[in-house]
Amino acid sequence: MDQIALDVAHLFAGGLVLVSFMLLYQDRMSGLVNTFALHALVVSLSVAWQAYIQHAPHLYITASIALLVKAIVIPTALHRIIVRLGIHRTIEPVVGVGQTMLAGIGLVALSIMVMLPITAAAGTLAREDLAFALSVVLLGLLMMISRRNAVSQVIGFMSIENGLILAATGAKGMPLVVEISVAFSILVALIVIGVFLFRIRERFETVDIHELHEHRGEQP
Amino acid sequence: MAVAALLWCIAALLATGVCGVAAARYKAATAAVYAVALLVSAVALFIGASFLLHGGARSEALTLPLGLPWLGAHFRIDSLAALFLVVANLGGLTASLYGLGYGRHEEAPARVLPFFPAFLAGMNLVVLADDAFTFLFSWEFMSLSSWALVMAHHRRPGNAAAGYVYLLMASFGTLALLLAFGLLAGSAGGYAFESIRSATASDEVSAVVLALVLVGAGSKAGLVPLHVWLPLAHPAAPSHVSALMSGVMTKVAVYGFARIVLDLLGPPLWWWGALVILLGGMTAVLGVLHALMEHDLKRLLAYHTVENIGIIFIGLGLALAFEANAMPAAAALGLTAALFHVFNHSVFKSLLFYGAGAVLTATGERDMEKLGGLIHRMPYTAFAFLVGSAAISALPPFNGFASEWLTFQAILLSPALPQWLLKFLVPAVGAMLALSAALAAACFVKAFGITFLGRPRTEAARTAGEVDAASLVAMYTLVALCLIAGILPAYFIDALASVTHALVGDSLPSRQGLEWLTIVPIEESRSSYNGLLLLAFIAASAGLTAEVIHRWASNLTRKSDAWDCGFPDPSPATQYTAGSFSQPIRRVFGTVVFRAREDVDMPAPGDSRAARLHVELRDLLWETLYLPAAALVGFAAEKLNRVQFMTIRGYLTLVFAALVVLLAILAIWQ
Amino acid sequence: MAVILDLLVQLCQMLIVLALAPLLTGFVRKVKAHLLRRQGPPLLQPYRDLLRLVRKEAVVAASASWVFRAAPYLVFGTTWVAAALVPTFATGLIFSYAADMIAIVALLGSARFMLALAGLDVGTSFGGIGSSREMMIASLAEPAMLMAVFTLSLLAGSTQLSFIAASLQGPETGLRISLALALVALVMVAIAENARIPIDNPATHLELTMVHEAMILEYSGRHLALIEAASYLKLLLYLSIIACVFFPWGVAVSGQGFGAYLAGAGMYAVKLAGGGLLLAVFETAIAKMRVFRVPDFLGAALMLGFLAALLLFVSRVT
Repeated sequence: MDQIALDVAHLFAGGLVLVSFMLLYQDRMSGLVNTFALHALVVSLSVAWQAYIQHAPHLYITASIALLVKAIVIPTALHRIIVRLGIHRTIEPVVGVGQTMLAGIGLVALSIMVMLPITAAAGTLAREDLAFALSVVLLGLLMMISRRNAVSQVIGFMSIENGLILAATGAKGMPLVVEISVAFSILVALIVIGVFLFRIRERFETVDIHELHEHRGEQP
Repeated sequence: MAVAALLWCIAALLATGVCGVAAARYKAATAAVYAVALLVSAVALFIGASFLLHGGARSEALTLPLGLPWLGAHFRIDSLAALFLVVANLGGLTASLYGLGYGRHEEAPARVLPFFPAFLAGMNLVVLADDAFTFLFSWEFMSLSSWALVMAHHRRPGNAAAGYVYLLMASFGTLALLLAFGLLAGSAGGYAFESIRSATASDEVSAVVLALVLVGAGSKAGLVPLHVWLPLAHPAAPSHVSALMSGVMTKVAVYGFARIVLDLLGPPLWWWGALVILLGGMTAVLGVLHALMEHDLKRLLAYHTVENIGIIFIGLGLALAFEANAMPAAAALGLTAALFHVFNHSVFKSLLFYGAGAVLTATGERDMEKLGGLIHRMPYTAFAFLVGSAAISALPPFNGFASEWLTFQAILLSPALPQWLLKFLVPAVGAMLALSAALAAACFVKAFGITFLGRPRTEAARTAGEVDAASLVAMYTLVALCLIAGILPAYFIDALASVTHALVGDSLPSRQGLEWLTIVPIEESRSSYNGLLLLAFIAASAGLTAEVIHRWASNLTRKSDAWDCGFPDPSPATQYTAGSFSQPIRRVFGTVVFRAREDVDMPAPGDSRAARLHVELRDLLWETLYLPAAALVGFAAEKLNRVQFMTIRGYLTLVFAALVVLLAILAIWQ
Repeated sequence: MAVILDLLVQLCQMLIVLALAPLLTGFVRKVKAHLLRRQGPPLLQPYRDLLRLVRKEAVVAASASWVFRAAPYLVFGTTWVAAALVPTFATGLIFSYAADMIAIVALLGSARFMLALAGLDVGTSFGGIGSSREMMIASLAEPAMLMAVFTLSLLAGSTQLSFIAASLQGPETGLRISLALALVALVMVAIAENARIPIDNPATHLELTMVHEAMILEYSGRHLALIEAASYLKLLLYLSIIACVFFPWGVAVSGQGFGAYLAGAGMYAVKLAGGGLLLAVFETAIAKMRVFRVPDFLGAALMLGFLAALLLFVSRVT
């Protein structure tokens, strides 16, 4: 694999990690959804590049599914949900932005420290993609636990999915049927979550988890 | 023989201390004691410096029939000891010089004069000691004499508590060192450093010894979390003693660490380096953040000592990590950076404490919020303090920058380390070091600006006068050293070459091979620094600009009122205070590190009382580590107190039970 | 003879940076004005400003000390020396070995130290505002810059700007995400250090929104001229660093001859113009941040720099 190919793949993977950090930095809902669209765009570009250098045309389909569904359809749907529910608020993080970013850096270092020694026998491209993919997954999880808002948790969940796609394409070989099923399960999950959000909003006038917590039903 | 001469110097100091007890009530005693201490320190400095500059791997030893009968008292001077002798006696020299002037204002000379030479003697003894018993004895002697000096003004509020905490931490540290030496000597019981060096300890024992030495020497040096006594005790002592404690005693603790871990302990493991680097980084950042929140000048300086000790330990940890990975050139760089910073810090910290002492003498105040405008009343002190502030903030061309630059270069070599934890830890600590350097500059802008610049805030600041000549000479000697070490670091690095050779087996490129007195840490194509050229450049461009403008444009100046946007307020209370200067940084960092809370109590409209700003800062280490420990000890003491009030039969039962248990142990051990 | 020639080239560099700095600021102001559909001041206006100020009498407050009067010269001297050490039209100049990037950052820190002290010297509250905010911004911007320097030194194996520029022109660098991240971090630091929008507004008249301007509020006459000149030089310095490290094409190497120097100077002017244009567009497109959002901004720069270093460790794996 020649140097330019490796460099561009590296660029896209690193770019995905960077956009995950940008997701952590956002404090407005619309900014968050747009950044997620960018996240999905970078993933689809990365998969398309992998398709080109691995000469695996079925990955082009994966890339276009990612682009269509995750970068266009889902963000548009989320924008409309936000408008419909009337949520135009800021996203409150549990701890400050600075500490969340510091934790994110620690997670990236951790995933590099874990992945690189384990995959010592594999090729350079696979190793880098796996290390970056684990970082993206961990950053998505961090986003889910450090935000008080249900929409941001949905987006965190979907960014985890993007990280998994990066890992699967880097490891050379993910059949299309898996991708279709995965994509459909994501769609289903989104519809379910959307329905729930509507019902929650109707019952409680808010989707702030902190306030929902009080209605859990178990006695403290 | 160098060792014999040094021992005579120490004996002279001890004799002076004893005489000081008897003669303290005479007026001339102060001058006499400080003069003798000055001369003896000068002699010891000369001996140490000539030993160090001679270079090579020389060492001289001497054994005296004192102390334990089967051990004797071993003394030895080698290049490491010579370096720390230079540091200690330079501090002692300038402190004695400063004391000649400052000591005249001492209200209780009988509490200071006997212990000052004893303190100097103790520090020199620690550096010369060559066996565990002498080392520990001298260490404890040093602690006790400095404790006596801390308690010199024991009726002042807070000093007694400070002395108590100091004594506790010092005893705790000595206990840790005792255990460490016990482990090092092993069951064979060879306490001389010679036998410890030749014996090899297993990895587990070495790990425990490292931990014990970090606790013992680290607490004396001021490593987090064992630093809490430093900001209490250092300000409580008289100013020249504070300078000695911050500038020299902490370095003697660093000597203890270096001697045991780098010399006696054998080849290090990589994670030792990681641990020391991490502790150093945390110490640096926490020290400077605490300093930023302070407005007592001496406490601020004490917290800065903690920060700089952190920087020194970063260098030492890097040396350990590189040595464990068989990279002697890089280890030499880390060690040189640490040792150079040891020298530099003792110079500019002493200078800053002398300045603070001068301010205290002139105004009677240590609180910055009550000072201001002192540059007009004490111009020489102000200039000396400014140079010290610039040096400690690591600004070129002064010496603080030279040693921090070397530390950064050592950090930049971290990618060559094979262990992944080190590969990530060292850049993180590099970021911490950069953060602490930037925060230190902020803190000293605050310290110098609020104390010396602006307008005087109280009557004491308005009527201050310059201090006496002896203090000024002491300060300006150190100013000259700050500048010289900054622009001619090559000579100092060459002097350190023999030390690094002895400890890690390599040294930095010598200045003989480089032109223009540049210093090169690894090789010329990588990086280089030339302080002299920078100073010449800056002086030339600033001077040329001034000349050109004054000659061909305008050199007229008119004095007028301050502009202040057209609304100048005559009251000096509208100036920025120390608390307001550090408010942005308190908002950014303090909310996390100190749980800082600000509370404004605004009167209702129409109510003419003053508004109140209430700032709450919590020392989380004190609350989570020390207060529970103290509570635990109190609880245990309560429970054990019952032993005081038993009947005679109860005591007899106790004795009987102890006897039976000991016999049983003896039976099982057979 | 060769030494004399090298010294002359170094002297030329010092004069060029001094001569170009006000022009750069004039260019940026002109572009900003045109983007706002104004005519804007003439390109050479900063030169006229400096000349006018230099010839005026300096009014000094009665409570000021020698620090106030000496600071402008020291600030200008250190900034000029730092700007002269950054390669512009040629790398490997004779005195560039006196200071590497860390020393250049520290020289700018010296200048800032003196300026902050001068702000506190007169004893007004506005000077205090400027100094304290400036030191807060510096406490975050310096570590971010040093992280970017760390990343560059990992790539190039050196902290000397000449070597970094030479090695990044080489074939083995390629497209690296770490370089992009380091560039973004450096740009963010440059905006903060030069008191540009969104950190500080260089053209504001509201004292409570000032950072840099508040520190120099009491200055007038030749002192103010020197401080303004120093801030022009600082902007030039940061643009030169970015140009020489991230866009090193066309820079001459020391000893290549007069033609190469001339070509290098031309490329340098082009790069400066490009940088100035981008700065003007960025400043016009974005609004100024609240003071306490600045730590988030600079914290992001620090994280980007650190991330750049981390990602380099990944890609150097073999």
